[in-house]
Amino acid sequence: MKQLIILGAGSGGTMMANHLVKKLDLSKWQISIVDQEETHYYQPGFLFIPFGIYKEKDVIKPINKYIPKQVQLIRKKIERIDKETDTIYLEEGVLKYDILIIATGSHIAPEEIEGMLGEEWRKSIFDFYSFDGAVSLAKKLENFKSGKLVVHICEMPVKCPVAPLEFAFLADDFFTKKGVRENVEITYVTPMSGAFTKPKATEKLEYLLEQKKVNVIPNFNIEKIEGDVKKMVSYEGKEVEYDLLVTVPTNMGDKCIERSGFGDELNYVPTDKHTLQSKVKENIFVIGDATDVPASKAGAVAHFESELLTKNIVRFVEGKELEPSFDGHSNCFIETGKGKALLIDFNYEVEPVEGTFPIPGLGPMHLLKENRINHVGKKAFKWVYWNMLLKGKKIPFVSAQMNKKGKRI
Amino acid sequence: MTMKKTINGKTIDVNEEGYLIDFSQWDKDIAIEIAKEEGITLTDKHWEVIKYLQEAHKNEISLTIRKVGKSGIVDIKELYALFPEGPLKKATKIAGIPKPVSCI
Repeated sequence: MKQLIILGAGSGGTMMANHLVKKLDLSKWQISIVDQEETHYYQPGFLFIPFGIYKEKDVIKPINKYIPKQVQLIRKKIERIDKETDTIYLEEGVLKYDILIIATGSHIAPEEIEGMLGEEWRKSIFDFYSFDGAVSLAKKLENFKSGKLVVHICEMPVKCPVAPLEFAFLADDFFTKKGVRENVEITYVTPMSGAFTKPKATEKLEYLLEQKKVNVIPNFNIEKIEGDVKKMVSYEGKEVEYDLLVTVPTNMGDKCIERSGFGDELNYVPTDKHTLQSKVKENIFVIGDATDVPASKAGAVAHFESELLTKNIVRFVEGKELEPSFDGHSNCFIETGKGKALLIDFNYEVEPVEGTFPIPGLGPMHLLKENRINHVGKKAFKWVYWNMLLKGKKIPFVSAQMNKKGKRI
Repeated sequence: MTMKKTINGKTIDVNEEGYLIDFSQWDKDIAIEIAKEEGITLTDKHWEVIKYLQEAHKNEISLTIRKVGKSGIVDIKELYALFPEGPLKKATKIAGIPKPVSCI
């Protein structure tokens, strides 16, 4: 039997397992997936936990529930990959592969910023990119009635780059409903040139910041946190004070990539941005947050990648040339509070623009525009994720490559 | 939106924020002029950073402060000293390549 091994049973890995059992000849191929975790987290739901909109049970399911029966699930820690001998060293034991798919994702690395993991971690400094972080922040927000709330991004790239902005908008809504909005100052601090960086999105969406009274401090590159005096300091010596800091720590690829000796400085795997074949070795492919491709780190991207990568794996097995088909397609709902949301759809070449989605000219959803139906879409997405996306089912009208029709480009 | 800009008698295409749209129009004189507009006088160290950024851009490597800090040319503090207030934003403009952006 030939061996295809997937490392990581998160969104990307699970989708690949579901696609490949249908496409590979299982009398010749054994598919295995390696992950030491017990739980599959619905990560887009972490945003809603701090505000009590989602509870813990909304975002967790057993990891094996979504792995097809024909796929062997190996619950072991990955030590390293030896690309020369096509071998994976686990904490106990070794695995040999013919084809490897790396889907080990990215995680927060708060230890990268001096002073972040001090006495004040999860007392006045929180993240919501981890399950534990989101749950502990919910408890903190329950009793937070006045002071400076700072929402902050340490450095790019981060998973779902719009989530911190959504957090600021939802915080505005949350404190308004509690009747304490005027006692809470909300500031958004980013290393980028602004809260919005693309021309059309800036033009169409800048009003949201004013409407929701979110102050923005751009071009802030954090050097350290002085937790005892509740202050962030940038490399230029600028300071931002807070009472409650909700930060997105540095995001990094898995440590097993570093141990394997082929990641970049953030442990992401060098990957061809159109074929998703690694630049490490021809029988190694990469999907989702684990790649270094310049697409957004998001489940929607992994979903589109999975459809195209499946075709390329089949081509690779058949000895055919790979297709450079992945165009960086991404789409996501952006929660803006008060029961409304935005929707954006874009790729490597085309920035988020106005238009209709998913059916050109008809919609029913509108791009780059705030409305209620988009919010309904965002909430319905949890069901779509568990019941369609992970199982590798196609979403009606939404193609893996971006559709230019119905867009004002 | 594309706009025309004339530097030293040479016309270049830039976007609304003044970033070059076509890298083939870039040359050292243009870099010197854009740097002046940003209040920067280019030294050898600046040129080393610019060359590194152009090379990374050519190889489609996404640029981060950390990456430049690990390049061996400058550390992050030095990068700030060379290009104060948003070093990547300014350095990419002078290098004639797009500024790093997020998804919206």
